[in-house]
Amino acid sequence: MGGALHFVLNGEPVEVAGVDPRTTLLHWLRARGLTGAKEACGEGECGACAVVSVVPGRDGGSRYVAQNACLLLLPEADGAEIWTVEGFGRAGALHPVQQAIVAAHGSQCGYCTPGFVAALFAHHYAAHRPAPEQALAGNLCRCTGYRALREVAAGLPAPAAGDPFAARLRAPAPAARALHYEAAGARFDRPGSLAGALELRARHPEAVLLAGGTDLVAELNQRGSAPRHLISLGAVAELRACAGRGGTVTIGAGATWREIEERFAGRVPLFAQLLPRFASPLVRERATLGGNLMTASPVGDGAVALLALDAEAELASPHGSRRVPLHEFFAGYRRTVVGPGEILAAVHVPAAPPSLARFHKVTKRELDDIACVSAAIALWLDGGTVTRARLAFGGVAPTPARALAAEQALVGRRLDAASLAACQAAVAAAFRPISDVRASAAYRSALLGSLLARTWAEASP
Amino acid sequence: MTDRGHASAVAHVTGEALFVHDQAQRDGNALYGWPVQAAHAHARVLHIDEGPALALPGVRAVLTAADVPGTNWIGPARHDEALFPDEVQYHGQPVCWVLADDEATARAGAAAVRIDCEVLPALRSLDAAIAAGSFHTAPQAIAAGDVAAALAAAPHRFAGELRLPAQEHFYLETQAAYVRPDGEGGYHVLAATQHPAETQATVAHVLGLPAHRVTVEVVRIGGGFGGKESQASGVAAVAAVGCARTGRPVAIRLDRQRDATITGKRHPFLAKWRAGAGPDGRLVAFDVELCGDGGSSLDLSKAILARALFHVDGAYAVPALRVVGRVARTNLPSNTAFRGFGAPQAAAVAEEVQDHVARALGLPPETVRERNLYRPGDRTHYGQPVRDAERIGRIWRELLASSRFAERRAAIAAWNGAHAHHKRGIAITPVKFGIGFTTTFLNQAGAHVLVYRDGSVLGRHGGTEMGQGLHTKILAVAARTLGVPESGVRIVSTRTDQVPNTSATAASSGSDLNGAAVAAAARELRQRLLPHAAALLGCAPEAVEFAAGSALGAGRAVPFAAVVEAAFLARTSLAATGFHATPGLHFDAAAGRGEPFGYFVFGAAVSEVEVDGCTGQHRLLAVDVLHDVGDSLAPAIDRGQIEGGFVQGVGWLTCEEVRFGPAGELLTRNASTYKLPGIGECPAGFRVATLERATEPGAVFGSKAVGEPPFLLALSVREALRDAVAAFRGPGPVALDCPATPEAVYWAIHGRPDAEPPAD
Ligand SMILES: Cc1cc2nc3c(=O)[nH]c(=O)nc-3n(C[C@H](O)[C@H](O)[C@H](O)COP(=O)(O)OP(=O)(O)OC[C@H]3O[C@@H](n4cnc5c(N)ncnc54)[C@H](O)[C@@H]3O)c2cc1C
Ligand code: FES
Ligand code: FES
Repeated sequence: MGGALHFVLNGEPVEVAGVDPRTTLLHWLRARGLTGAKEACGEGECGACAVVSVVPGRDGGSRYVAQNACLLLLPEADGAEIWTVEGFGRAGALHPVQQAIVAAHGSQCGYCTPGFVAALFAHHYAAHRPAPEQALAGNLCRCTGYRALREVAAGLPAPAAGDPFAARLRAPAPAARALHYEAAGARFDRPGSLAGALELRARHPEAVLLAGGTDLVAELNQRGSAPRHLISLGAVAELRACAGRGGTVTIGAGATWREIEERFAGRVPLFAQLLPRFASPLVRERATLGGNLMTASPVGDGAVALLALDAEAELASPHGSRRVPLHEFFAGYRRTVVGPGEILAAVHVPAAPPSLARFHKVTKRELDDIACVSAAIALWLDGGTVTRARLAFGGVAPTPARALAAEQALVGRRLDAASLAACQAAVAAAFRPISDVRASAAYRSALLGSLLARTWAEASP
Repeated sequence: MTDRGHASAVAHVTGEALFVHDQAQRDGNALYGWPVQAAHAHARVLHIDEGPALALPGVRAVLTAADVPGTNWIGPARHDEALFPDEVQYHGQPVCWVLADDEATARAGAAAVRIDCEVLPALRSLDAAIAAGSFHTAPQAIAAGDVAAALAAAPHRFAGELRLPAQEHFYLETQAAYVRPDGEGGYHVLAATQHPAETQATVAHVLGLPAHRVTVEVVRIGGGFGGKESQASGVAAVAAVGCARTGRPVAIRLDRQRDATITGKRHPFLAKWRAGAGPDGRLVAFDVELCGDGGSSLDLSKAILARALFHVDGAYAVPALRVVGRVARTNLPSNTAFRGFGAPQAAAVAEEVQDHVARALGLPPETVRERNLYRPGDRTHYGQPVRDAERIGRIWRELLASSRFAERRAAIAAWNGAHAHHKRGIAITPVKFGIGFTTTFLNQAGAHVLVYRDGSVLGRHGGTEMGQGLHTKILAVAARTLGVPESGVRIVSTRTDQVPNTSATAASSGSDLNGAAVAAAARELRQRLLPHAAALLGCAPEAVEFAAGSALGAGRAVPFAAVVEAAFLARTSLAATGFHATPGLHFDAAAGRGEPFGYFVFGAAVSEVEVDGCTGQHRLLAVDVLHDVGDSLAPAIDRGQIEGGFVQGVGWLTCEEVRFGPAGELLTRNASTYKLPGIGECPAGFRVATLERATEPGAVFGSKAVGEPPFLLALSVREALRDAVAAFRGPGPVALDCPATPEAVYWAIHGRPDAEPPAD
């Protein structure tokens, strides 16, 4: 029964007991009087709630990462080291990032500012700083128009010698550990092994698995109700394991998109094109590949890319594991073939890089937006003739899906006007997109054809 | 003029700046409220079953109309909104509210309340309302010249229709209020309201109390943009009812979904226009019909329509212009003020017409626009002389030169020739924006300035700080008037018990009105201090000067604090009130004639875009702005207003899309489906300059208002997109839906398939 959570908050150890495990870190912080982090959306989109965690970096050291506190459940903080805007600096002793925002006139109403401070704090100490647009893609500001904030991100000096926050990074980060916590009639388990997770799952079929929570917790916040029992996969080391052997790449279901970016952006085709357009840096620090596939969202970016790469899903159960080709993985709108006792363990991407691989994602806003239509096109060519084709699309069917007939029809042809027209016709016949808030059916249909045309044009300039 | 940044900047970056909900959370003893929302767009409430909610541990009360001690009817212009309705007027309207120990419990309680309704027929779109003849207002018209005759005689005639979309305010801080009993039969309301006096009056009416028992305080607002001008009062009133009922402090903060589904947005408009032009593109006649969707109640729609009527000329002179407007009544959330207040919608029509005429006649749009600009001596269609009209031409020419417009136009043509699938476009558009509340009595402000014996100064005024830097500017005004350093002045929260009967902080008027009031109070204090300074310095009062914290005269200097101390010992009042009423404003609505504005703000922007013809996706490559802020009170703050207003305008025109479903339910309820501009939408090259030699004689220290006008600069982006679409299509007018989302741009290039009805 019960149990307590222990973590380090702004350098001080804290112990929490009796708080409903479904409380978000954001709401807990605010109720505690740490009101710097704000809620402006509750779904990971605005970054007003951003806080900083210390996570493992390279070479045994640590990294600071900005995360959406609205998407973190309080028990996930157990064992962690968390900093909020209140911990960075004070009036009279501002942190260099805070100083830079003041100097650049980067705040107006100030409501978004603590979140920008958190994102810029992580940026400040990053070993490799991304472009300012990428660093701040997960933070919205309704007042400033961003120019000043972009200049802050671009102009931050390197951390000063003797900066205590920089010194901290040379020591290891806390490791996720097993946890059992109950309060207010709800339960939170964080098993320390895959076997443990499978066993809990078998014993508690009603419990819900939690990976990065970027889908699940966002959804819970919007609906205002949450399951009574959550099983976090956050401490299952096996699920994070990744490997590249003989060209085949295995990505653990628990690997975050940030880890995937670091390890595989240059190795797995399509990923380098996909990753900068996937969510925001804050979300990528938490969101996992497994969660992305398990939501079976028709516009899941990872699913669309991996379909075109002929990936296979590995499902673990107490009785062993099985492999399912990804194009048989999705059973219907937001459903997969994963059974009640199973856990998605890993994804295998076969060797055999395509000659041409293109990922297209059409959105209203360039960064941090969900696709209205996405396309992953992989073509294997021999002397200009197609030997194998994979055409996967998102947003045009109840699940991410391949256009099998169109793929077939391409084999043996060259990339010319006639094959394009045939391919467009076959793809058009394969899907009947619908209208929703993001786009009309007609536009989606039109995009199918024009994204193919774009690919053909790029292949033979 | 002050070089300093926002007075609260340090508090912002440290997280110490407290917003309404922050304060309630820190105090830690409030009850929290959550609405029970209607699931129908129009329905009669038959029965509310509170039982299941009250059965939940932690739920303290369910507030209904029975708990209202005073009136249940609120609304800024017409009291046509029921706080607790027995007839639901839009999907999502709060029917009753649950109070509980924390928000999660209140939310669970709200989900447990059962409401029985009789569903009534509903008008779920502007078109449906027009067809049903459902309107809030009678038609309002303004006309100059004989439009029918001018149209008939025009060498070229054109006509068109344009729909201007809604826009969610998406202030990052959602609506919030925190009400505490003051223990003396009164209430303290900490609110995020742009109109404290109206919130005070609303709370007092609802509680059935005299106004002096209700104090509304505003420390800061996390963005308002008009969305908290009238619609913040309802939330405060509910919290006050809860406080009166329970005797406990009550905090309400709408979460984003609640905020989006309950509160109104920028008014969508339907515009139908006819125009006549000469062969050179000069307009000779312009006839427009505007219909705005007011939503379920009148709110501020009448004044918003009026501003639309005043701005349908854009920055262009038309000898014969007639505009008729009306506000429709639908079963949708009541639309409300939003930066620009109807003017952006109207100016978008003006630009649409300019571009249409130019392309129809095969002339460069920038040439036609330039030919039509107001010139010195011109009057608007409502008869107001366009004072300083020479500035429009000056801005236009300076901006064309500084942005190297002609050179870039040629480079773009070459680039477009070399690229089949991508095209670039460029456009320049002007801004003319009238400053002042068009409801004349609102153009007043009060302030209160105190000097303490140590020489430190404390100021208060009726304006609210919502990020626009108002307090920072006012601080500069007070410091400059008293000749003390800015560090010696503090501007504190807005309170109705200190400065009564104030106007909303709106219509860009905050620093004009309140700055003038504070300046008046500070001048009064200086006047009282003068004799004491003169005595200390040994010179005549006329010879005394206050500067940099000292009184100077007869070649000597004494510290400001010493003068204050001398005045105090001589028993001089060290508190002064200031008042300002903008002179010379008048408008006769029946005749459609008058001078509703104190002055006009001018500006222009050049935008360059690139469009992907395969998808319609586009990027904003570069923006050049030249804007008239008069003699800026705070250049860094004004620049922030220009940039922020511009990007917000870009959002309205390109990516923000409000969508309702078939039941009248809002579909775009949060940031995942409603896309406001992110950092990726900030133009790569963003060059902002302000007009030189631009003193505004009547206004405080020669400065001009800056809040709303820059929003209209974003019209250059829409016109640049149209220019790029034209590069795909060839000569002739270009129909482009608004907002110009990738999908809209795609259809503009390729034509919408006939078989498919437009989305929704
Ligand atoms: C702001 C924002 C932007 C986003 N942008 C994108 C985007 O651009 N593209 C995109 O594709 N998605 C996007 N998403 C959606 C989401 O972030 C991703 O799908 C993410 O990869 C989900 O992973 P997660 O670990 O957070 O999943 P969680 O939320 O933890 O879980 C999602 C679901 O999967 C189940 N689950 C998780 N792991 C496993 C497992 N190993 N075995 C079995 N079941 C499991 C959970 O029970 C849950 O039902 C975005 C989300 C947010 C909040
Ligand atoms: S509140 Fe918007 S991202 Fe967390
Ligand atoms: S400063 Fe107001 S939202 Fe960013």
